[in-house]
Amino acid sequence: MPHGVRWINRKPRSAALLAAIPLALLLVAYLAGSSVRLAENPNDKLMPAPSTIAETWSRMAFEPDTRTGTRLFWEDTAASLRRMGLGLGIATTVALGAGLFVGMLPYARATFSTLVAVLSMIPALSILPILFIVFGVGELAKVVLIVIGVLPFMVRDLTQRVVELPLEQWVKAQTLGASSWQLAVRVVLPQILPRLIDALRLSLGPAWLFLISAEAISATSGLGYRIFLVRRYLAMDVILPYVLWITLLAFAFDLALRLLRRRRYGWLDAEAAG
Amino acid sequence: MTQISVRNVWQEYGDKVVLERVSFELAPHTFCTVAGPSGCGKSTFLRLLLSQETPTRGEIRIDGEPIAPEPMPDRGVVFQRYSVFPHLTVLGNVVLGLEFEGAPFTGRLFGAARRRAEEEASEVLEKVGLFAERHSRPHELSGGMRQRLSIAQTLIKRPRLLLLDEPFGALDPGTRGAMHELVTKLFEEGGMSVFMVTHDLQEAFKLGTRLLVFDKVRVDEQAPERYGANITYDIPLDSPLRRHGYVGIEDTLQKTA
Repeated sequence: MPHGVRWINRKPRSAALLAAIPLALLLVAYLAGSSVRLAENPNDKLMPAPSTIAETWSRMAFEPDTRTGTRLFWEDTAASLRRMGLGLGIATTVALGAGLFVGMLPYARATFSTLVAVLSMIPALSILPILFIVFGVGELAKVVLIVIGVLPFMVRDLTQRVVELPLEQWVKAQTLGASSWQLAVRVVLPQILPRLIDALRLSLGPAWLFLISAEAISATSGLGYRIFLVRRYLAMDVILPYVLWITLLAFAFDLALRLLRRRRYGWLDAEAAG
Repeated sequence: MTQISVRNVWQEYGDKVVLERVSFELAPHTFCTVAGPSGCGKSTFLRLLLSQETPTRGEIRIDGEPIAPEPMPDRGVVFQRYSVFPHLTVLGNVVLGLEFEGAPFTGRLFGAARRRAEEEASEVLEKVGLFAERHSRPHELSGGMRQRLSIAQTLIKRPRLLLLDEPFGALDPGTRGAMHELVTKLFEEGGMSVFMVTHDLQEAFKLGTRLLVFDKVRVDEQAPERYGANITYDIPLDSPLRRHGYVGIEDTLQKTA
């Protein structure tokens, strides 16, 4: 290595290799720990062997449950994704409308921006009991928790993006004869959609958090429900694949949104770079 | 033919006086260039002409009528930056002005109406030399091309007054020369008046048929914000660019190369 080159200027030849090292170490540590513990006590439940995990997973994914007759893994996945999709769908739609409204109209901004700021400070989980009281313990309360949890942030973020559009564009569109409505649909909305994708990506983490919390407390199916249900049997062979699966789903959503944004709104990044 | 009259206009922000007692008449078909030191209120005045701001006192009339209190298509504008829409193609940027007019609710034209609008927009693009780029996006254009596009956008609305706010300030000298010829040509062909703010005095002399210089006439050392700027020079010009005929664009480019 050349002498005197600063650490900030030294770059790895293969970033992928370096990235794989800590993950591999983690896996090796688990395998080692698991085999040591199982050698001591074959009935140890804390660190099940990979083969046990795979068996349990394939049983839950492919064999009908003796009690309910359904394949639990997929049923849980479907239930959770339905809640997630509904919650995020509603939040995204409302945030788009509210962001345009509050961001574009000074009267709306003066009236609502403080309200939104206050609402976004409320820790959503703290009002979960209220939601259960008001909406019952059914699907609605869980969906509403996701909506309430991510909506204020999304509205604030989108409002900010609207306000950030260069003043020159607002004036120019008016000199081209645009009404407020036309400005909204032809100038502001198309430039805000990629920002909406960004806001949605940032909201995915909190949304999962709210979903799993709500499912943990009151549900009859769902990924979060299952994890908290089997906790009392120390069923790590169920919990671990579920956690991996949730991680994979979260990663896949994020990736899909990122690809969508790059494909449809490439001009935005090019604009920012130029 | 557009005649503009400005009567006793003041612009104040709180205690800060930016413009005071500004009055002048602009004869029809004038290329008025406006120069002056930074902070002299020349851009502020352009914003008043645009109705982006309303004067604290005084009034501005176009052809005898008080100007509308908000920006309108009778006054087109080209800013130094950000005045094209990055999410639309070159053609889309120009068609947009026709779409606003023809489709109040959707802001979009379809079918035959759209084809007509695109034809009209293509003619304008040809005039500013951007027809070949009609399917590009603004981020793929050079700075000069973007300003041409911004001009094309305004032309499709046939404004009575074209407002230019340091439109060529960010361009390299060669491109700037070509743009000078373009705006001169458009000014001579169209019936509109042009009002152009620039910090480049040479450019102001070269293009204008009338030059206004804004500056503060009274200065209070203890309270520099106490007095605003006014017109300190009002010079009728015979634009040299036009007197000598068009200076070849090749000459200008060669000089800079």
